[in-house]
Amino acid sequence: MRRVVVTGMGLVTPLGAGLDPVWRRLIDGESGAGPIEQFDASDLPCRIAASVPRSDGSRGGDKAGDAAFNADDFVEPREQRRINEFITFGIAAAQMAFDDSGLELKTEEERDRAGVMTGSGIGGLSGIEHEVLVLNNKGPRRVSPFFITGNLINLVSGQVSIRLGMKGPNHAVVTACSSGAHAIGDAARLIALDDADVMLAGGAEAAICPIGIAGFSSCKALTTHFNDTPEKASRPYDKDRDGFLMGEGSGFVMLEEYERAKARGAKIYGEIVGYGLSGDAYHITSPAEDGNGGYRSMEMALKRAGLQPKDIDYVNAHGTSTPVGDEIELKAVERLFGDAADGLVMSSTKSSVGHLLGAAGAVEAIFCLLAMRDGVAPPTLNLDNPSVETPINLAPKEAVKKPINIALSNSFGFGGTNASLVMRRIDG
Amino acid sequence: MSDLAERVKKIVVEHLDVDAAKVEPKASFIDDLGADSLDIVELVMAFEEEFDVEIPDDAAETIQTVGDAIKFIEEQKS
Repeated sequence: MRRVVVTGMGLVTPLGAGLDPVWRRLIDGESGAGPIEQFDASDLPCRIAASVPRSDGSRGGDKAGDAAFNADDFVEPREQRRINEFITFGIAAAQMAFDDSGLELKTEEERDRAGVMTGSGIGGLSGIEHEVLVLNNKGPRRVSPFFITGNLINLVSGQVSIRLGMKGPNHAVVTACSSGAHAIGDAARLIALDDADVMLAGGAEAAICPIGIAGFSSCKALTTHFNDTPEKASRPYDKDRDGFLMGEGSGFVMLEEYERAKARGAKIYGEIVGYGLSGDAYHITSPAEDGNGGYRSMEMALKRAGLQPKDIDYVNAHGTSTPVGDEIELKAVERLFGDAADGLVMSSTKSSVGHLLGAAGAVEAIFCLLAMRDGVAPPTLNLDNPSVETPINLAPKEAVKKPINIALSNSFGFGGTNASLVMRRIDG
Repeated sequence: MSDLAERVKKIVVEHLDVDAAKVEPKASFIDDLGADSLDIVELVMAFEEEFDVEIPDDAAETIQTVGDAIKFIEEQKS
């Protein structure tokens, strides 16, 4: 199989847009949480979220400085009205990753070998919500001609391919909160198996809308006790955690066949060396109690990488801040790592950016690659009192400086779908 | 331009994000204003909403310029 490396990355997150501004805020322990400003959330049990901060100062934009996101930098205003926000986020992150890679697709053959793979959990949920109301109130003749194409999950891949002229595999992954990780893993396989030479791969999500918050609230997944202190709401492993904080945004990586990247002198963030995936076959929302789904997913990723647990320097946990899920994952990591769990650094960046659902796995893989680049593991915010004892260093509240050569990222989704990615530094 | 023509022009400018000076009666939505077939569907809906008229699909197909739209709506309203 051919080797696959990451040569470009792009981020749109609740901490802002752009790699370095977001990374700096993450390492500094800043939070992307705030009250929901997008709509009146007063009748909802959860009235907070981690929204992408805007350059007009809204949604936390006033605090974000140069990290604030301006959609107009990436998508024409006319087009923005026709596509759901998750697609705008995806286009922006993909464009950043493309630009960051320095890749040029000069020939038709190069374009034919360049593809796009996008993961999203729900796609254009707010768009569906809006047009259903139009249908109900004004009738079918008023439903927008852009309703379907503005909300379909694979339209991120479609839009990105059209804008960048990428004519290779054009695909989309829908595995709830594992989508972003699966997209990167599956796209890397396409390159490894010689079906493409380069792939833009990532995830995009924008589900902070009334039906999204109401739906996740009804299945008891969201935090409800921190409406007055949003920055305290996402607190993985802490005894007071009470559900996840909804995030939004997108992360994209440029994946490239190693020899090709090396030949063109590309900057290489790291290699995708392992990918594992599994199903719990247990319950629609709860992970299997013994965590065996996540365990097998991590085990498979390590096996593919030809590595042992002791080789892993940092784990970016799924760690959503739900009462049940966090400990199950923690125990699965402890069991798999055995003695190597002692002193292992594992953190949940959802404590800062919230849960980006289908974009989470992609954003967190990027955080792993930046952690390797800078030798620093981002913190788990709000971890005041761990609910269980563990030999693992959960990086409470402060980033941990240490050389990181190999990192593992976990993503688990509703339906019992699990994905693990292992990334390794390439030096010289 | 009549009041009705001004309202048509305003809708076209808003929906297609084009310079108002370009939106003259003889301007073709597709050739001069950069619209595609879905843009025209959306424009027709906006006209129906604004002027409280019904523009059937076969009639919509004959609306190719700003002037066509103004003329069709004027006829419907008279």
